[in-house]
Amino acid sequence: MAKQMIEIRWHGRGGQGAKTASQLLADAAFMAGSYVQSFPEYGPERSGAPITAYNRISQERCLVHSNIYEPDYVAVVDETLLESVDVTAGLKKEGAIIVNTAKTPDEIRPLLKGYAGRVCTIDARHISTTNLGAYFPNTPMLAAVVAVSGCVEREQFLQDMEGSYRHKFAKKPQVVEGNLKCLHQAMQEVKG
Amino acid sequence: MSIRERLSGNEAIATAMRQINPDVFAMFPITPSTEIPQYFAQYVADGKVDTEFICVESEHSSLSACLGAEAAGCRAVTATSSAGLSYMNEVLYVAGSSRLPVVLAVACRALTGPININHDYSDSMAERDSGFIQLYGENNQEVYDNYLMAHRIAEHPSVRLPLMVCEDGFITSHAIENIELEEDDKVKAFVGEYHPENYLLKTENPLAVGPYGVSGYYMEARVAQAQAMKNAKQVILDVAADFEKTFGRKYGFFEEYRMDDAEIAMVIMGSSAGTAKAAVDELRESGVKAGLVKIRVFRPFPGEELAKVLAGCKAVAVMDKSEGFSACGGPLFAETAGACINLEKRPKMVDIVFGLGGRDFTVAAAKHVYERLQGIAETGEVGEVYTHMGQREA
Repeated sequence: MAKQMIEIRWHGRGGQGAKTASQLLADAAFMAGSYVQSFPEYGPERSGAPITAYNRISQERCLVHSNIYEPDYVAVVDETLLESVDVTAGLKKEGAIIVNTAKTPDEIRPLLKGYAGRVCTIDARHISTTNLGAYFPNTPMLAAVVAVSGCVEREQFLQDMEGSYRHKFAKKPQVVEGNLKCLHQAMQEVKG
Repeated sequence: MSIRERLSGNEAIATAMRQINPDVFAMFPITPSTEIPQYFAQYVADGKVDTEFICVESEHSSLSACLGAEAAGCRAVTATSSAGLSYMNEVLYVAGSSRLPVVLAVACRALTGPININHDYSDSMAERDSGFIQLYGENNQEVYDNYLMAHRIAEHPSVRLPLMVCEDGFITSHAIENIELEEDDKVKAFVGEYHPENYLLKTENPLAVGPYGVSGYYMEARVAQAQAMKNAKQVILDVAADFEKTFGRKYGFFEEYRMDDAEIAMVIMGSSAGTAKAAVDELRESGVKAGLVKIRVFRPFPGEELAKVLAGCKAVAVMDKSEGFSACGGPLFAETAGACINLEKRPKMVDIVFGLGGRDFTVAAAKHVYERLQGIAETGEVGEVYTHMGQREA
């Protein structure tokens, strides 16, 4: 069995769209020809409560249907979770954590309980408000995760996402441009 | 050509329903329903189906409405989950005994209490004696394929029994995975139209449905129903054979995974089987003769066939994802052990209740089960037969 599976864990708060981000990533990897899984961990659903979502991306169908305990990558959609959730639990040191924050990786690292791997940051709030006029952290986070993990080839990703947005927002073309700018900017601005 | 897609289990079932375009879909829309009627409502609104879509006030009523439609000669479907299935309980038995082949999609979830929305088989196992055929799938693909086969099995003249297509709640119902969908016209051609021999409003030969069966008649009706469930076995195999010929994917009563020379094996159902397969693969690499049987058809239970497969093993763990409170093992264990009772040479057998209320089942946990089986196979000592796994110790 090929061992090239990439496993990703998302941390967010209910209502922020970590589950949607995980689905978007699955879409992107699917369009690029991979086998994907995207699933949230369901519990009492309350707006603002910590939630977890997962992705598996592989070149063959994923047999395993458990949660992910030793992810290759962790994406943190809300930096306030760093205080309350052990976001680096099981995270492989060859992997990386991607945090949505205005801070730098050096400023974030001390909050990560000694995680020795790569620490990346992305200011999804800034990118989103600049390009979309509102705070939708999903799109910049998605692009940052793709840039850091390499789970989808960059040019293919941008091309597929453009097609997907043009289809999805056929009646709202102005939204398409804003989202595409978010993707490009996030891929360039992710630090670490 | 199959269509490469990525869908949740709920979307996969809704897609199959759209392709089949049933006459009636009666549904109760609130939790603990599934997203299936929600997706289907969109198809109705978009004019993609011409199904009579009826919103009723409870699950008891949704299945009752389906039975009315079936009795009138229509193809009727519905979907539910958890407490919703329990609330249908009375009507499930009416469906079975009235021999009305309604197809019911179930996202299998725990029953209260404590209150829990996550996956196990508490709901569907509680209805194992209701007279429904029960098909279980490991992932969205199998659930979709089971749905495509469901109507043909249920409606077959020698069967005429209702059928549940079971998917694992959340793990399958809400997870997005790759799937191969079939083209609409090929699905329609495979499933065919429903032309029952008799129905309520057939003027030349009207049918009574749901009569009183006094002691002089009741038993004959029940024996006929039991015979129909036996007949379903051959029909399930025949439909699977045609499915394989048409779409290329192979199904039976169960899937044997690396069982050819297996000395230790698990009997398991649903998505957990995939996770356990990954454990089998790892163990096989280190020379352990581990295998797995994944039950697809729980009703009718393929006892004879399963016993033949398990006869060659030294030790077997039956994995029950519901607690039957029998104090001597869960429902899958009772069936499996019963099936093996007349074997000349039986494997040692234990029951492990696991995964209740969504408690996660991992590759490591599956490997732990095989380690225990290795111990039983080596010593011949079975130890405690009925245990639970994955709970915190007090």
